[in-house]
Amino acid sequence: MLKFLAKRLTATVVVIGLISISVFLIFSYLPMDPAALTCGKACNPVVIAANRHRLGLDVSVPVQYGRFVKGLFVDRTWGEGAAKFSCPAPGFGYSFNRHECVTQLIKEAFPVTFSLAIGSFILWMLLGISFGIVAARKQGKWQDKAATAFVVAGVSLPVFVTALLTLLAASKLGLVNPIEFGRWVSPFTDPIGWLKTFYLPWIVLALFSSASYTRFTRSNVIETSSEDYIRTARAKGLSEKVILRKHTLRAALAPLLTLAGIDFAVLLGGAIFTETIFNLPGLGRLSINAVLTDYDLPVILATTMLAATLVVVMNLIVDVLYAYLDPRVRVG
Amino acid sequence: MKPFLEVKNLFVSFPTEDGVVRASDDISFSVSRGETLAVVGESGSGKSVTTLAVMGLHNRKRTNISGHAILNLPTGPVDTISAPEETVRKLRGKSMAMIFQDPMSALHPYYSIGNQITEAWSLYNDGSKADGTKRAIELLDLVGIPGAAKRVEEYPHQFSGGMRQRVMIAMALVNNPSLLIADEPTTALDVTIQSQILQLLRDMQKEFNMAVVLITHDLGVVAEVADRVCVMYAGKIVEQAKIDELYYRPDHPYTLGLLNSIPRVDRGGDQRLQAIPGQPPSLISLPQGCSFRPRCAHSKLVPNNRCATDVPELYEKTEAHGSRCHLTESQLVQIRTSAGGHS
Ligand SMILES: Nc1ncnc2c1ncn2[C@@H]1O[C@H](COP(=O)(O)OP(=O)(O)O)[C@@H](O)[C@H]1O
Ligand code: SF4
Ligand SMILES: [Mg+2]
Repeated sequence: MLKFLAKRLTATVVVIGLISISVFLIFSYLPMDPAALTCGKACNPVVIAANRHRLGLDVSVPVQYGRFVKGLFVDRTWGEGAAKFSCPAPGFGYSFNRHECVTQLIKEAFPVTFSLAIGSFILWMLLGISFGIVAARKQGKWQDKAATAFVVAGVSLPVFVTALLTLLAASKLGLVNPIEFGRWVSPFTDPIGWLKTFYLPWIVLALFSSASYTRFTRSNVIETSSEDYIRTARAKGLSEKVILRKHTLRAALAPLLTLAGIDFAVLLGGAIFTETIFNLPGLGRLSINAVLTDYDLPVILATTMLAATLVVVMNLIVDVLYAYLDPRVRVG
Repeated sequence: MKPFLEVKNLFVSFPTEDGVVRASDDISFSVSRGETLAVVGESGSGKSVTTLAVMGLHNRKRTNISGHAILNLPTGPVDTISAPEETVRKLRGKSMAMIFQDPMSALHPYYSIGNQITEAWSLYNDGSKADGTKRAIELLDLVGIPGAAKRVEEYPHQFSGGMRQRVMIAMALVNNPSLLIADEPTTALDVTIQSQILQLLRDMQKEFNMAVVLITHDLGVVAEVADRVCVMYAGKIVEQAKIDELYYRPDHPYTLGLLNSIPRVDRGGDQRLQAIPGQPPSLISLPQGCSFRPRCAHSKLVPNNRCATDVPELYEKTEAHGSRCHLTESQLVQIRTSAGGHS
């Protein structure tokens, strides 16, 4: 198990390194020039060149990457004299549009996205799995048909449609306070305010995602129920309740883990539609603004890398958990 | 003393989209403690369906079952066909146990074998987890798993097929059942392992004084282990006899066919084996008259084409030997003689 872990951990570090290099290269060779974009009104080649120097873009791409990596571990400084400023490690660079260290921007946005992700994740797993189990147990009955309708609605409606409809319904019912709408408050200082901010987007994301989990759970439970070892469990004299809980669900839900882990990681990288519609200042909105309005290269670089890293790390966690769940994949 | 299990006029059928599958058609047999009854027949003849009905393992909503499967328990008889499901469940694993054909898939891949055996034990015993593990090791030892104390923590995929079947047997025996149903326990195993498992079953039967129902499609394996044999064809028992009777005076052309298709030492090496030509009929639309007629070489001997019109009744030549065939005893003697070896 330790050997397995060490191997996977090494692979994870390598993959993250490769991702960062690719992201860096892609953004380095895009035809936009941040030095020109941040140039302002009185723009001339001299100012652009000065800008380029200030932004650290006047050296070769490998050197830029080297500085970027260095900045992850030690404090990094830009400019000289009075215009000098620095970002403490771990730094992802400096946003010249927002005049803020990227790490700081992410620190502010991440709790919002995390709150959104964790709540909807719990909600959608609960909904998806319980609907799936009920549908499987009541195969062909009305409960099953209702679950199927739910699945069809969930997977065919784009999330922004669900989000807009939910928002519309909520405001018609007077559930939306325009002043507090999308206001970030920490659950530790104001738990009620936190719930108020997040319950609608939770529901939207949960409805959207739980559909595929309902379908997956249903088919896995049905399939597992016909396994020989379930018949063995019954022949032993176990009650249906124990058979379902201990034998069927264990085998039926283990494969869900991979899916859930990745979905959760993707969500942690930012939910662009949901955050935008519900006015939440999370990572998704940070990235989309950086791309669409500012061309804020350091921010894009950081959020992309963060999202990719989350997925890779979650993959590792899921594999370790899966090895714990299924003895057949345990190594050594 | 009454037999431990008495199956009487058991019918099991499945309504499907294509029609009703009549898998067990008027089945009656019994088996006492200390006795082994072999149930023999080609694949699809209804052997598993019949015994699963005894165990109460069919989905009652999707299966039509009638008749009786009476367990004569010390506390009084219980009919597992008509008793409430919860009552039958509490007999499973304790009074009647079952092992299955494919030991590769019959154990849960996610739990250690110790866990799976202990789970069965703790259903009917109060005691700590350690007690359960002790009992599991005891049984693994008994069924011949070397290093049982260590292997109890291992998972099914770490065992070979033969060893897994031993684990299944250990698990079935953990609560000292009075009846053990073994559904083709050796079919999925290598030939060399097969006889070891059969030997083990015989030893365990003595050890626990069980009634054993051994299902097999191979009449060759039953000689060494069975006391009596039921031959099933297309959902019916076509012949039922003590093992020697069946080998030397088979009364049904299907049994004769099965016997002719197994290698026999006493017939010399040059005897060619003859498989029974043709296929068993569909259980959804059985032929009129005798189900075996389309494959039977002797139906012409029966006057008035009765094989095609009348279903042969179970004719009990003696209390212990019955068969479903229109042929007369003298015709059978002739057939047995010409088939060679049988008298
Ligand atoms: N649950 C079921 N639904 C419909 N048909 C079934 C079911 N179980 C068994 N059968 C059919 O019943 C017949 C007898 O099956 P089985 O008892 O398993 O045969 P075997 O003698 O090989 O054990 C087969 O034709 C099989 O297809
Ligand atoms: S009843 Fe007729 S067809 Fe059936 S086995 Fe006997 S002889 Fe053959
Ligand atoms: Mg079978």
